[in-house]
Amino acid sequence: MNPAVNPKRLIHRASFWINALLLLLLAIVPPVLFITGQPYWLDIFTRLVILALAATALNLILGYGGLVSFGHAAYLGLGAYAVGIPTYHALYGGWEAIASYNGFLHVTIAVSVSALFALLTGAISLRTRGVNFIMITMAFSQMIFYAFVALENYGGDDGLTIDVRSEFPLISLDNPLTLYAISFISLLLTLAIVYKITRSRFGLALQGARSNEERMRSLGVDCYRYQLVAFVISGALCGYAGFLLGNLDTFISPEMMDWTRSGELMFMVILGGASFLCGPIFGAAAFILLEQLLRGFTIHWHLPFGILLILSVLFFRGGLSGVIDKVRSKGSNS
Amino acid sequence: MEASLLFIQLLNGLQLGILLFLLSAGLTLTFGIMDFVNLAHGSLYMLGAFICASLTQLTGSFVIAALLALPLTALCGLLIELVVIRQLYARNHLDHVLATFGLILCLDTLAEIIWGPAGIAIALPELLNGQLEIFPGVVVPIFRLLVIAIGLLAAAGLYLVVNHTRLGMLIRAGASNRTMVSTLGVDIKTLFSGVFAMGAALAGLAGLLVAPIAEASIGMGNEIIITTFVVIVIGGIGSMKGAFIAALLIGLIDTLGRSYLDDLFKLMMSNDAAETAAPAISAMLIYLMMALILAVRPQGLFPASSR
Repeated sequence: MNPAVNPKRLIHRASFWINALLLLLLAIVPPVLFITGQPYWLDIFTRLVILALAATALNLILGYGGLVSFGHAAYLGLGAYAVGIPTYHALYGGWEAIASYNGFLHVTIAVSVSALFALLTGAISLRTRGVNFIMITMAFSQMIFYAFVALENYGGDDGLTIDVRSEFPLISLDNPLTLYAISFISLLLTLAIVYKITRSRFGLALQGARSNEERMRSLGVDCYRYQLVAFVISGALCGYAGFLLGNLDTFISPEMMDWTRSGELMFMVILGGASFLCGPIFGAAAFILLEQLLRGFTIHWHLPFGILLILSVLFFRGGLSGVIDKVRSKGSNS
Repeated sequence: MEASLLFIQLLNGLQLGILLFLLSAGLTLTFGIMDFVNLAHGSLYMLGAFICASLTQLTGSFVIAALLALPLTALCGLLIELVVIRQLYARNHLDHVLATFGLILCLDTLAEIIWGPAGIAIALPELLNGQLEIFPGVVVPIFRLLVIAIGLLAAAGLYLVVNHTRLGMLIRAGASNRTMVSTLGVDIKTLFSGVFAMGAALAGLAGLLVAPIAEASIGMGNEIIITTFVVIVIGGIGSMKGAFIAALLIGLIDTLGRSYLDDLFKLMMSNDAAETAAPAISAMLIYLMMALILAVRPQGLFPASSR
């Protein structure tokens, strides 16, 4: 067949351009909205991009690794508290060792604490599979949730209002455009990291373990180790997303890591189409924009939202990218 | 005085354990026989509490309300099974989790629309509201004893149904080999609906027993469902015996941890440090225990033998 008219290739190329268009829109539209006097929407888009980053990180293990982690909001929370706690001590004294406004310190704490938490909980939960894995990841994230609820020093249930942002040389995160730019560039870098990983030997082993763990093991691949490393990378990236989220909100509360937040992250991945590089971005965009739309109609927006989620599971398998994929596989059959 | 306080805390722990068992029993049934993960189980618990609260206001009697609320919660469960859950049995666990997550959003919001955002307290009748002096100096609320008694009765009833009735035989058979049971001419769809309704009734029972103590509130199910998962994971998924033992264990450890951990910590560190650390650690205690047990036995204490 002439490669120029091969429909599979055409659609493959089309999906590339769709992804590129999405990223281009995210690069242009929010700043334009801000400059034309819609700062509220820049805020929404910053949140969108940060959650897209977190969902991309989750996609590494959920989509490519086939590991249904229901606890990724915990990393968002840990990352946000990595901004909140040092800032709190810098403002009000105490715990000299970490009291600082320094953004590099905040990032370092956010990423390393998240990676450590992922390592400890992953080492235990990855010994199990299926439903057990879902429930255990959920339980561990709830553990962190309750720990921060119980920490009265840092506001407990009510959360921690800091009103200052991480400080970096030359730039100021207090400028909403700067914060958006940083978040967007971080998203691009995360995409690059996940793309590199999935194309590497490591990523192929991870995907192999998703499709058939026994076969991988008989090939001499230690699936557990690969999955644990992927779990840690995913957690660390999510922790970084939490650092950004903490700087966006400057109000950090345990509510950020409630297990329903983890469910929302999972929905972003699935809605956009798991194991597609840009799927989680589509998912996060669909999720956030739908939320904004429904909020406009009713305060009980969770009801139509929940119904839509159920319907999407029942009738919209594979998510937005899955539709492209379905067309793609039809194309290859013809 | 110390001993009597300990006794009361033990009773509280037992009561929490019993409630957790009622919840995990329903989940174990639906998981064991239908291989279905239901995140929205906690919402049925909430519905049980709210329905009972409304009926108590309507009829003026908690007992009548409770007796009516049970079948009504089961009916809600049946309805949910028919509309949503039935379409999902053939899907994988991820789809179960996502769809029932959507269901939680719907049910919580519906409850908020019907009953309002504030919680509803339930007034107990005189007879149940009193205190009982079991030993000299040990005074216990009668209702707490009743909760424990009803929970134990329900557990015994469940044991009899599962192990000594035809329905129980079908449930056990379905749990070990679904395809075979349906080939033998059992209407598996009706069986599934029945079992789901039974699980809903058990969750509703837990909810309406808790409502007079705490109160019926939006999101009450979302808090307890994770603890219920911890119970199931520790007990061994799909195992009723495991769920029972793990539920009591978790109930006792959680309650005792919250009341005694700060005293224990004060022996080891300064008062200030203990008062900061103890609440956080005791909130994490059951999860840490889960981690410990899973590190040694990844399949839980009593893994179901059939799968």
